[in-house]
Amino acid sequence: MCLAVPGRILDKRADAIATWLARVDFDGVIKEVSLAFVPEAEVGDHVLIHAGFAIAVLSAEEAAATLAEFAALAAGAR
Amino acid sequence: MSCPLPSDGRDRITLAHGSGGRLTRRLVEEIFAPAFDNALLAPLCDAAVWTEHAGRLAFTTDAYVVSPLVFPGGDIGHLAVCGTVNDLAMMGARPKHLSAAFVLEEGLPLAVLKDLVRSMAACAREAGVAIVTGDTKVVERGKGDGLYVTTAGVGVCATATPLGPSMIADGDVVIVNGDLGRHGMAIMAHRAGLEFDEPLLSDVACLHEPVLALIEAGIPLHCLRDLTRGGLATAIVELAQASARGVVVDGGAIVVSRPVAAACDLLGLDPLYVANEGRFVACVPASAADAALAVLHAHPLAREARVVGRVGGVTPGWAVLETPYGTRQKLDLLSGDQLPRIC
Amino acid sequence: MSNAPYRDPGIVRALAQAIAARMTRPWSVMEICGGQTHAILKYGLDQLLPKELTLIHGPGCPVCVTPAEAIDFAVALAARPDVVLCTYADMLRVPGTSQALLDARAAGGDVRMVYSPLEAVTIAREHPAREIVLFAIGFETTAPGNAQAILSAASAGLANFAAIVAQVTVPAALDALLDDPRQRIDGLLAAGHVCTVTGYDEYHALAARHATPIVVTGFEPVDLLRGLQRCVELLEAGRAEVANCYERYVSEHGNAAARALLSRVFAPADMGWRGLGTIPASGYRIREEFAAFDAWRKFVPGSSLPRSDAGECLAGEVLRGLKKPNECPAFGTRCTPAQPLGAPMVSGEGACAAYFRYRPPAAA
Repeated sequence: MCLAVPGRILDKRADAIATWLARVDFDGVIKEVSLAFVPEAEVGDHVLIHAGFAIAVLSAEEAAATLAEFAALAAGAR
Repeated sequence: MSCPLPSDGRDRITLAHGSGGRLTRRLVEEIFAPAFDNALLAPLCDAAVWTEHAGRLAFTTDAYVVSPLVFPGGDIGHLAVCGTVNDLAMMGARPKHLSAAFVLEEGLPLAVLKDLVRSMAACAREAGVAIVTGDTKVVERGKGDGLYVTTAGVGVCATATPLGPSMIADGDVVIVNGDLGRHGMAIMAHRAGLEFDEPLLSDVACLHEPVLALIEAGIPLHCLRDLTRGGLATAIVELAQASARGVVVDGGAIVVSRPVAAACDLLGLDPLYVANEGRFVACVPASAADAALAVLHAHPLAREARVVGRVGGVTPGWAVLETPYGTRQKLDLLSGDQLPRIC
Repeated sequence: MSNAPYRDPGIVRALAQAIAARMTRPWSVMEICGGQTHAILKYGLDQLLPKELTLIHGPGCPVCVTPAEAIDFAVALAARPDVVLCTYADMLRVPGTSQALLDARAAGGDVRMVYSPLEAVTIAREHPAREIVLFAIGFETTAPGNAQAILSAASAGLANFAAIVAQVTVPAALDALLDDPRQRIDGLLAAGHVCTVTGYDEYHALAARHATPIVVTGFEPVDLLRGLQRCVELLEAGRAEVANCYERYVSEHGNAAARALLSRVFAPADMGWRGLGTIPASGYRIREEFAAFDAWRKFVPGSSLPRSDAGECLAGEVLRGLKKPNECPAFGTRCTPAQPLGAPMVSGEGACAAYFRYRPPAAA
């Protein structure tokens, strides 16, 4: 199903029906998306975007834990 | 609607501009002829006539229907010249003369037409080609995207033997002159409303100079193919099928710029299949690879040229991609345009 | 934060080795999502795995399973001169009973591709004299956005916006799939992006009922291998549990705001899945409060949700993972992407199209 891509929030603004819109930076490409489902997301947060909507905020702790797991795996494999 | 408006068409194209009368003449004399300005065009006859020395000629045509007419990095005028020049160059021919047939939509602002024609003229001048004959027709409002143009081109072959897929041999390397996907993504991104921190521009360019440089340096060229719609993958699949040879593409050698990669990720597109307008592949014997790269690297349009594949090592007629994971992915033609996806 | 670490070939190799080392017997694992199938085949990840680990491709391709009747309805509406039919690009080429939306456009229909469902609402606001119809397909990942479009139209008091709701939901479909006595699925990889919205609280009962471990898995090569590794570990340990290997985006209860909006705008409904038949409570209908935005009721008064195709098409067994695409007698001969016999060959995410494109080549 679902193509969803991570990006970083550059700025936020409220729209006509009081949900948040944000300009999100996808590794140099900037697109405006809706933050209707992650209203708590702040500038600087990384969000996962699907069909113009942020559906999740990246958990920095979980990402760090996952990456640490990779590092251990890579070290163990050598 | 039976008769065209009796206006003098001051700032927009009207049906009268296509009827072959006074207004058509005005278009030619005020816009096309001054811009394209050359001795073969000047008589404004039904055809351009010149004497050509004996030798192999290359002749090609292409229609250009891009929308929007102006896109980041270029416009339909550039495309119309470069596309046809490149088709000639891919046969190892020095491009010489072009024709340009315009289909204009009623309502097209004259200012837009003037800009596009100027663009074509500048591109042609820089490429050393002349637009020596042309035509103009006008269609009713709603029946065209503002402007369509078809160019045909004649060139003189500069290689001793003809180039083509039948020349491709096992052991040949496949060289591409730069990174992929700029043209298609510049257009797609413009349509999708994407901004970029570094602007993404089409790579539209005339490629005959790096090709002629290869020929002049005596590099034994087997086959050239410019990458247009369908990208690198399509060109390689077509070459593999036409030559009945296997081609293995090294995924790790392919270069995709950061903005193109990011835009492709965002829209769910594969950069290998995205259109280019300033890129070509050259199949040369492996022994000539280093020399070919040296010649290309000296040219501004090919500084990033590199070997991206080799002929042989897989079922004849197949093109496969070696992935970063050590696996192989069979490349095939797409059934239609690549479209952005949400799934 | 790019996806590069999740594409690292070294990590992929290490995970593949870890899987091989852990396996003591053959296992069959189904990845639910079409996007996961696509990634596995595109990168040839299945070639890195031990032969005893069989990957079965699931029905998680909304384009493949959207009922033909829904597409027919969209095509019929697109033919009306007053209608602007807005669709995700994925649906443009998929034929309903005979025509696809691209055919409708060629015949003069105003069919527009949207990246976000909110664009359809904007079009409605800008063209008050036209009837804007959003073809609202997708799984639970896409459904909240579709719901938000309906809510936005309602808040703006738009009378010219409606949605063809043809969405499908995962848990009931999994239940039906796993109930099928022909199934040989030992473990499941759940669709990571669906789970960012829904969470995985509903999967515990499924895992227990069917004694099948379910691992929430992402889409990048490392994510996929990690999910497979966890699934193999659970299978080897005999633990029919739910595990989350997409922790950076997925939590147990998912996205509360999205789930709340789904409940507000939609109610569960029986749904016909193309190729699979009707599965109870596996889709959505628009709630009464938003009935004015229900295209089915607006344009065909008295009608209801699309029923399933009568009987199963060739795709039925492929979508259930009972057959691999290349085990279908028509595959690659009578059925190709250029001349497809069914949706899984038309859709880019469909298992048949993915196999046709990426099936491993023979070495010369």
